[in-house]
Amino acid sequence: MLRFIRNRLLMMIPIVLGISFIVLLLLEITPGDPAKMLLGTQATPERLAALRAQLGLDDPILVRFVNFLWQIVHGDFGTSFMTKRPVFEEMIMRMPYTLVLVGISLAVSVGLGIPLGVYAATHHNTWKDNGAMFISLFFVSMPVFWFALLLVRFFGVELRWLPLSGIDSWQSWILPIVATSLGFVATIARQTRSNMLEVIRQDYIVTAKAKGLPERKVIYRHALKNALIPIIMVIGNMFGLLIGGALITEVIFGIPGLGQYTIAGLTGRDYPVIQGSVFMLSVMFSLVILIVDVVFAIVDPRIRSQSGRKKHKDQKDGNKIEENTQKIEA
Amino acid sequence: MNSTSTNLLEIKDLAVEYHTDEAVIYAVNHVDFSINKGETVGLVGETGAGKTSIARSILRILPMPPAKVVSGEIFYNGNDLLKLSEREMRKIRGNKIAMIFQDPMTALNPIETVGFQIAETIQQHNSISHAEAHQRTCEMLEMVGIPGDRFKDFPHQFSGGMKQRVVIAMALACNPALLLADEPTTALDVTIQAQVLEMMQSLKEKVETAFVLITHDLGVVAEFCDKVAVVYAGEIVERGSAEDIFDRANHPYTLGLFASLPKLDATEKRLSPIKGLMPDPTDLPDGCRFCDRCPNAKDECSKSSPKEAEIAPGHTVKCFFSGGN
Repeated sequence: MLRFIRNRLLMMIPIVLGISFIVLLLLEITPGDPAKMLLGTQATPERLAALRAQLGLDDPILVRFVNFLWQIVHGDFGTSFMTKRPVFEEMIMRMPYTLVLVGISLAVSVGLGIPLGVYAATHHNTWKDNGAMFISLFFVSMPVFWFALLLVRFFGVELRWLPLSGIDSWQSWILPIVATSLGFVATIARQTRSNMLEVIRQDYIVTAKAKGLPERKVIYRHALKNALIPIIMVIGNMFGLLIGGALITEVIFGIPGLGQYTIAGLTGRDYPVIQGSVFMLSVMFSLVILIVDVVFAIVDPRIRSQSGRKKHKDQKDGNKIEENTQKIEA
Repeated sequence: MNSTSTNLLEIKDLAVEYHTDEAVIYAVNHVDFSINKGETVGLVGETGAGKTSIARSILRILPMPPAKVVSGEIFYNGNDLLKLSEREMRKIRGNKIAMIFQDPMTALNPIETVGFQIAETIQQHNSISHAEAHQRTCEMLEMVGIPGDRFKDFPHQFSGGMKQRVVIAMALACNPALLLADEPTTALDVTIQAQVLEMMQSLKEKVETAFVLITHDLGVVAEFCDKVAVVYAGEIVERGSAEDIFDRANHPYTLGLFASLPKLDATEKRLSPIKGLMPDPTDLPDGCRFCDRCPNAKDECSKSSPKEAEIAPGHTVKCFFSGGN
């Protein structure tokens, strides 16, 4: 297992490097000039050229890529063109906001989605099932940005129950988290339901029942654990979508997180900010996928044994069993 | 055999239907059936004859819906299982009556160790410690010929025949008084079949368990069973001791089953199957269920259904032209 994790961590290096290079390439080919953004339209060509040289924008793309890597190895993500503050420091400051938003939204989605899905599956084809699935279809179909604006309008503007923007107290978190997680609660609930319905029909569930186990154990220990295996994958993918969703919610609700920073960098052509945050996001995402794979291996022994570490032992046992069989038959 | 001795299990007038959107499937049609302590009874019949439905309704593990027990009583030690609460029924499942399933590949939970799955049954029905359950599980595994130290292995690490041994160990874990074996060897290849059967034979001698063996394999029945009931289209058409059925079979269906077996001593080029197919269980004929395929069918056969008649002590046949009718 440790070897598996180490290999996966090593594999992350080319992936993250590749992403960084592609980002640099995209910035290169999209129109727009950071120097012009900084100096305005009235700037003289000489001043623009001087600034470009100063920011290193005249270097060929490979040189800039190597420079970027060199900086990162030294823990330096460069300085923002706009704010002149170090990108790394800024990201560390903003990271907790994004992590809280994504983490709690994920927890809410899983914590509500799975029980809801199990409930719908165990009441299959009743009005309870249909009701739960209708509501979740409604939320799955609703885009995050629109739902967020509806929430702001209703709870923030009309009722004035909750703060509209910025993070001042725990109440400020409620609307952004509801906006980000509701669609995912519905996704997980629907996925859990269909997996459960599939698993409940399996022979080993009949076996579990025939052993005299109570319904609770049959459903949670035997059915749900099997049904969760594909859901772990969904949760991993959701993390990526949640980060994407967080970009939008952070802007709408004025949360000073990584998402807002990235959007500001993108609109201001602030290359170091864009490169730094994309680098950070891709590292986070790769780590989550790694965690998902490790959880997979923990839950599903069939994946665990694919590494072939027990082959030798099995062969030995096989011989022993044959001996035993002969003994019994004798 | 004395039919008035106390029956371990007695099924009276059992009828099971499956209600789907399109049609009602009449799977089990008013079956009477009993088994004494320690006895082995074979339920023989084609695929789809309703054998599995009979076994599953004893444990009340039919898929409901669509299945529905429309009539009948199933007495186990004098109690009607169909009237027990779910709570009382749970104390019987896996403890007093256990089941061996047809396909060992799918009957075990793929993500739990085999040891856990056996120990779970033991702990469900006995208030014993974890260590004792572990100990007993290892004993059960050894009994079916699997080393006890494979407790912590997962089903995918076993071959098909070994998985079936695990399933058997699981069924025997609580010393049930009655074991329902639903085609325990059908999914295995022939050499493994022989191993598993031999193992079951030796276990039968060791433990005082009554067996209901469901199969379509007459060879297995001959080797294994004291009594045999032949099931056709949800009815028992003939029953008797193994000798009655094998040496003095009377119902045309039973005779047809034997005639369809390939004979090793004759130089036959073709098999002689029973002509036709089992009637559609959604639309059973009014008279004798077998009359369309029966070589001796007369007019009356398609009009009314024959009663079960005893042609010799303990040997009954459901046919107008048997000795009893």
